[in-house]
Amino acid sequence: MTAAIETRALTRRFGSFTAVNQIDLAVPQQSIYGLLGPNGAGKSTAIKMLTTLLQPSSGTAQVAGFDIVRAPVEVRRRIGYVPQMLSADGALTAIENLTLSARLYGMSAAERKTRIAEALEFSGLAEVSHKLVKTYSGGMIRRLELAQAMLHHPAVLFLDEPTIGLDPVARRAVWERLQALRRDFGMTILLTTHDMEEADVLCDTLAILHQGVIGVTGSPLELKASVGPEATLDDVFVAFSGGTIQESGSYREVRQARTTMQRLG
Amino acid sequence: MTMMRFFKESAAVSVAELHKIVRDPTEMFSRAIQPVLWLVIFGQVFSRVRDIPTGDVTYLAFMTPGILAQSVLFSAIFYGIAVIWERDLGIVQKLLVSPAHRSALVLGKALSAGLRGLVQAVIVYAIAWLLDIHLRWEIIPILEVLLAVILGSCIFSTFSLIIACIVKTRERFMGIGQVLTMPLFFASNAIYPLEMMPDWLKVVARLNPLSYLVDALRDAMILGGHSAHGLLLDFGIMAAVFLLMLVVAARLYPGLAR
Ligand SMILES: Nc1ncnc2c1ncn2[C@@H]1O[C@H](COP(=O)(O)OP(=O)(O)OP(=O)(O)O)[C@@H](O)[C@H]1O
Ligand SMILES: [Mg+2]
Repeated sequence: MTAAIETRALTRRFGSFTAVNQIDLAVPQQSIYGLLGPNGAGKSTAIKMLTTLLQPSSGTAQVAGFDIVRAPVEVRRRIGYVPQMLSADGALTAIENLTLSARLYGMSAAERKTRIAEALEFSGLAEVSHKLVKTYSGGMIRRLELAQAMLHHPAVLFLDEPTIGLDPVARRAVWERLQALRRDFGMTILLTTHDMEEADVLCDTLAILHQGVIGVTGSPLELKASVGPEATLDDVFVAFSGGTIQESGSYREVRQARTTMQRLG
Repeated sequence: MTMMRFFKESAAVSVAELHKIVRDPTEMFSRAIQPVLWLVIFGQVFSRVRDIPTGDVTYLAFMTPGILAQSVLFSAIFYGIAVIWERDLGIVQKLLVSPAHRSALVLGKALSAGLRGLVQAVIVYAIAWLLDIHLRWEIIPILEVLLAVILGSCIFSTFSLIIACIVKTRERFMGIGQVLTMPLFFASNAIYPLEMMPDWLKVVARLNPLSYLVDALRDAMILGGHSAHGLLLDFGIMAAVFLLMLVVAARLYPGLAR
């Protein structure tokens, strides 16, 4: 079986700065894959390349069987994406947000109806589907964004920090839904997170990115064992991201993460 | 088939924008204030200036289409702000990962600006009627006005989108937006005829798309008003300018996700 995502020496530079440096990833189908790393490590940049939002400077990648540079539209048809920032439109209702997505994916009216009903059911938002999204809690907005991203049953789902700023209950609600998406639709999920519990509980495989380079990949168990008998994922993270938690996030990154949290919280 | 798909994608974006417009009517009515001020204060005073060659119509009637064009310009030119806001949030990114055609997304936004423009038209018609300006209450000219307003809104909102794609931040956009609108307005035939301008300004005004919007409106809106270029040329130029803007904007728009 071919991998759902496969990258070869995928690289992105901004001027002379290399944000993602020659990464090779192989994400098996139907896995939940976690991309970890300190602020500014290049996680979002990698996801933006894989979702065709950003051109790679060099290297190649295949997503759901198509090359991200040569066949971006084919890739887009087969992926869902929830950005690190807030992507549901607060000035619209849940139904209106979902309808917009459904139309952009070319669904017929009949198909839209069943898929939107399914997505509302999935996200537990059926009751509030006619309320403006700006009145929602952070957890509800995240669930709506997930619903929007899964509406067209993508083969691969990209989630950039899906649980940032959420309380423990809302966070668990997102985890359950991600597991359901894999179970019920066979989706492959690639997510980034700063939450070691999330990485441990949810992900089959982890890759730790540091200054644009992948330091190590493996299952949570393997990674912990490689550091020491009593090691936690926190220890793994520290060991593979330069010894200490680095202060490498730029002002822009921190501002983005903060505004996301404000809007969600 | 693909054509069909293209327009459906545009319509999806426009419909979403329409929901927002309908939901926030206060914004619409606050936009009525400016045309009222121009027509009631500026218009009344300048009506006393006998030397402005306005042809067979009063000065007030002459400037009414110019004021409609102005409110179309002013409401469309800050469209980029909303797009920058959507970029900061991640809404642009969400639209761009969909398989929708980039120019369909841009067209959808432009058409929604057209809808806002139509509301401006209704407002200016109402003010003009109250001021007893002689308007052409016939179906074909009114349709011409609506079409011109939609095209004009599409041009300036897409122009605004292009600027947003280039400057990318709200602060820089506000600066540029302020700097652009006044020259666009004053270097046009909106409130005085081309003949009154010095030669260099005539050239600028001829290059200004706003002049063609005003020219078309002057013919279609006002009883006794005449187009200087002819409606066909006015609409032709506006359509061509919009098409060009659409192509440029569709190329730049994906850069917003970076
Ligand atoms: N458009 C851009 N122009 C210039 N530099 C950029 C751009 N986007 C990202 N960078 C830089 O690339 C580096 C990686 O950024 P990226 O957003 O991928 O990090 P991240 O791992 O997602 O961090 P975080 O955990 O804070 O979200 C950072 O140093 C960032 O400043
Ligand atoms: Mg990030």
